[in-house]
Amino acid sequence: MTTMVETMDYDEVVERFDPVLGLEVHVELSTATKMFCGCATTFGAEPNTQVCPTCLGLPGSLPVMNGAAVESAIRIGLALNCQIAPWCRFARKNYFYPDMPKNFQTSQYDEPIAFDGWMDLELPDGETVRVGIERAHMEEDTGKSLHVGGATGRIHGASHSLLDYNRAGVPLIEIVTKPIEGVGARAPEVARAYVTALRDLLRALDVSDVRMDQGSLRCDANVSLRERGVSEFGTRTETKNVNSLRSVERAVRYEMTRQAAVLAGGGEVVQETRHFHEADGSTSPGRVKETAEDYRYFPEPDLVPIAPSEEWIERLRGTLPEKPAERRKRIQQDWQLSDLELRDLLNAGAVEVIASTVDAGATPDEARSWWVSYLAQQANTRGVELAELPISPAQVARVIALVNSGELTNSLAKQVVDGVLAGEGDPDDVVAARGLAVVSDDSALNAAVDEALAAQPDVADKIRGGKVQAAGAIVGAVMKATNNQADAKRVRELILERCS
Amino acid sequence: MSDVTRLTAAELAEKIHTRELTAEQVTQAHLDRIGAVDDFVHTFLHVDTEGALAAARAVDAELDEGRAPRSPLAGVPLALKDVLTTDGVPTTCGSRILEGWVPPYDATVTRRLREAGVVILGKTNMDEFAMGSSTENSAFGPTHNPWDHARVPGGSGGGSSASLAAFEAPLAIGTDTGGSIRQPGAVTGTVGVKPTYGGVSRYGLVAFSSSLDQAGPCARTVLDAALLHEVIGGHDPMDSTSIDAPLPPIVEAARRGASADLSGVRVGVVSEFAGEGYQAGVQRSFEAAVDVLRSLGAEVVEVSCPHFVYALPAYYLINPSECSSNLARFDAMRYGLRVGESGDSSAEDVMRATREAGFGAEVKRRIMLGTFALSSGYYDAYYGQAQKVRTLVTRDFDAAFDKADVLVSPTTPTTAFKIGERVDDPMAMYRADLCTVPANLAGNAAISVPSGLSDEDGLPVGLQVMAPALADDRLYRVGAAYEVARDRASGGSLVYRVPELRESGA
Repeated sequence: MTTMVETMDYDEVVERFDPVLGLEVHVELSTATKMFCGCATTFGAEPNTQVCPTCLGLPGSLPVMNGAAVESAIRIGLALNCQIAPWCRFARKNYFYPDMPKNFQTSQYDEPIAFDGWMDLELPDGETVRVGIERAHMEEDTGKSLHVGGATGRIHGASHSLLDYNRAGVPLIEIVTKPIEGVGARAPEVARAYVTALRDLLRALDVSDVRMDQGSLRCDANVSLRERGVSEFGTRTETKNVNSLRSVERAVRYEMTRQAAVLAGGGEVVQETRHFHEADGSTSPGRVKETAEDYRYFPEPDLVPIAPSEEWIERLRGTLPEKPAERRKRIQQDWQLSDLELRDLLNAGAVEVIASTVDAGATPDEARSWWVSYLAQQANTRGVELAELPISPAQVARVIALVNSGELTNSLAKQVVDGVLAGEGDPDDVVAARGLAVVSDDSALNAAVDEALAAQPDVADKIRGGKVQAAGAIVGAVMKATNNQADAKRVRELILERCS
Repeated sequence: MSDVTRLTAAELAEKIHTRELTAEQVTQAHLDRIGAVDDFVHTFLHVDTEGALAAARAVDAELDEGRAPRSPLAGVPLALKDVLTTDGVPTTCGSRILEGWVPPYDATVTRRLREAGVVILGKTNMDEFAMGSSTENSAFGPTHNPWDHARVPGGSGGGSSASLAAFEAPLAIGTDTGGSIRQPGAVTGTVGVKPTYGGVSRYGLVAFSSSLDQAGPCARTVLDAALLHEVIGGHDPMDSTSIDAPLPPIVEAARRGASADLSGVRVGVVSEFAGEGYQAGVQRSFEAAVDVLRSLGAEVVEVSCPHFVYALPAYYLINPSECSSNLARFDAMRYGLRVGESGDSSAEDVMRATREAGFGAEVKRRIMLGTFALSSGYYDAYYGQAQKVRTLVTRDFDAAFDKADVLVSPTTPTTAFKIGERVDDPMAMYRADLCTVPANLAGNAAISVPSGLSDEDGLPVGLQVMAPALADDRLYRVGAAYEVARDRASGGSLVYRVPELRESGA
């Protein structure tokens, strides 16, 4: 449905224009319960099974703040070098939408819990960029609408919509950057590096699943251009819900080339929200609003103000993980990496996943070998980052442990990983469901060995005659017969026992 | 009329707990009374005959087994304002938009009543979403004042207060956002208490104006109100604005007050609550009440609360603002009324049509006022200013409570007005809340106690007593002392002078 839109060659764009970025990231917290009620937050549950009067907005229900979510918000603020508000409130953001049970979102408006911070990003070539953080505030997520019957999956043209309120009330933190200026041609790269660094930071804080594919990390990218040398900002567009790291980079780049063409043609950029199209990397306008949205914010009267004590803030500061730069230095030493090896791992987006896998019990070498080879291939095939693969470091560590204990062979382990990637559950679930455990029952193996020896009597004779290397053919036959579920070393031993 | 329905809640409880009467007999007597007179007064929107009898039998069974009563009010019937949710029993808030909705959960007040063995007879009529001062804004027709069928019972909780004056229930629950417990109490000759904000849980109270709404007890005597207050009050973790502190000793205060000795108590007369707009008979009744307090030993002082004159305008910005947001959820998507659905209607079309059909004129007026007051560009001038007035009103109270332990005023400037008299004049209707609104803005406690009949029209007048936040016990001490003295002087409780009501089939 995308119509042809004129774009400008990227080199020309950056020669004539100076981009300004603003990134808004929504993070779903991984608290056990919702922001304002005791409902569970498990992803993927049956629709409308994790709901109660409060998150359904039933008449008379009231919110009660989730203390764990406030702690997460403060920790995120501290990790982003923000000030923590000594006193702040929630506000109601009023607008009508069927997936919002109360027709207002309980959010923070002019009193965010954290504000005025910064984060340093390292670009692939080692250059560091400091991004200012405007604010990080708490809010609740909406429900999910599934629009049925239309061509686009959007509400326009749909015959009806299905609503799932399981997500309604899940705690969100919205993190907003200050305008990112002066990065020129590197703007798309900086945008991606920012979201990547933020994701890694949030993962290290253990406050969110940070899964862009599942929507637990969502990015809106604001882009504007101004003529080089001009200080006022140009008109910006906001591209919504860009849901992979690569897409963040592509969306920014596309908007730069599109807006440049508009401006160069004497036109004006329309201030609007836009949708990103994964298929061709373009953006298109969202629904045009006839009037500016007036959210009629006012302080939420059903909640009391939050006034975190200095003592509490300092206690939370003590729970922060190492700073990313220090962490890298330590990892380089612990894993005995050269500068180049570390840079390669960083550029492959592998450091944090490997580190988490090590934290979950694997050795650095084991973890590295999985993430830079088999899993890197899988990520490459799918066109996603390692961290976006639907397998967690803990799951990889479990597979490694199963190999080490002899319950899986390397080739079985790959099948288990495939199963996890295919959404079949945890490694142990896949092993059980696919029946992938190593056949370690000697009687079963002996039967297979006998069968293979009987099928190839000439080879059997060679082995009996002392040509031990001939055993390879029998091992192969046994492995095939056991569906690769036998331990090849043990099979070999059994063959030699049989033929001695 | 059965004598049982003329008894106070305290008397009924005693007779039930000593097994002189069964809870079932008491409940049945009240159900019979409702059956006889409710066509005439229309105080109930829903009578839960089966639920009430079952609850009464459960109390009887426990008492018959020799167990101690679950609470001092176990077995006593009660009328519940239809703005509090009741699991399995319809809750309409007097609105078409909630017609047919059966909540899946109990309000904390409802739950506490059930746990205390209080028998819920049914749900009482009210102005739609508690917006009004006459109960004429109910989508299901007005309630009539038992004192005069042609007059309103006040509002929004006209159904609750009128059910007491009609002897359909000895106890009722109301909610007070700007006077909706006290003003109906005053014009029906009954007692109504607005507890300190946060003193009674709002969980399950369908919100009209969250920062002002407060549920409280309605009864025919001060002691009964105190007993009920103790059942429903106290901290609730489900309501973040609930006060996490023990209730003050209110029943004890009511009993102590009955000794009719107010020596050492400083009573402040608010000078701003007099003059233009105050009915002469109301003013005279109030002055006589102050004399009674003085005769009981109270020291009467005059206090000025200069910002109270701005309280009503501020109130009529804050309540519509919060209401415009609170009532946004009634959109036909999940519960209640749904109209305008056709093959090609969008969700927005259905929302619009449902809200057009489901809300009454006053509710729409407030939603529009509030939407305007919160709009960008107007927020500071309206909502923002109103919040500043609120702070000033609170400071006036603080200063006044330095000079006096309690403040007194007429509860409402006039006696009950005629049905239809003010429906086309919202400002006249709003003025009924003139004296009650400051306590809502500041969040402190207040009671209305009957102070006799106005000499010009023979209708009930209320004396309002206001106490600082968390000092609800003072209301009960002063209220009970005044009640005893007044009853002594007039030869019995005022409410028994209600005329005989026309009974169905009679």
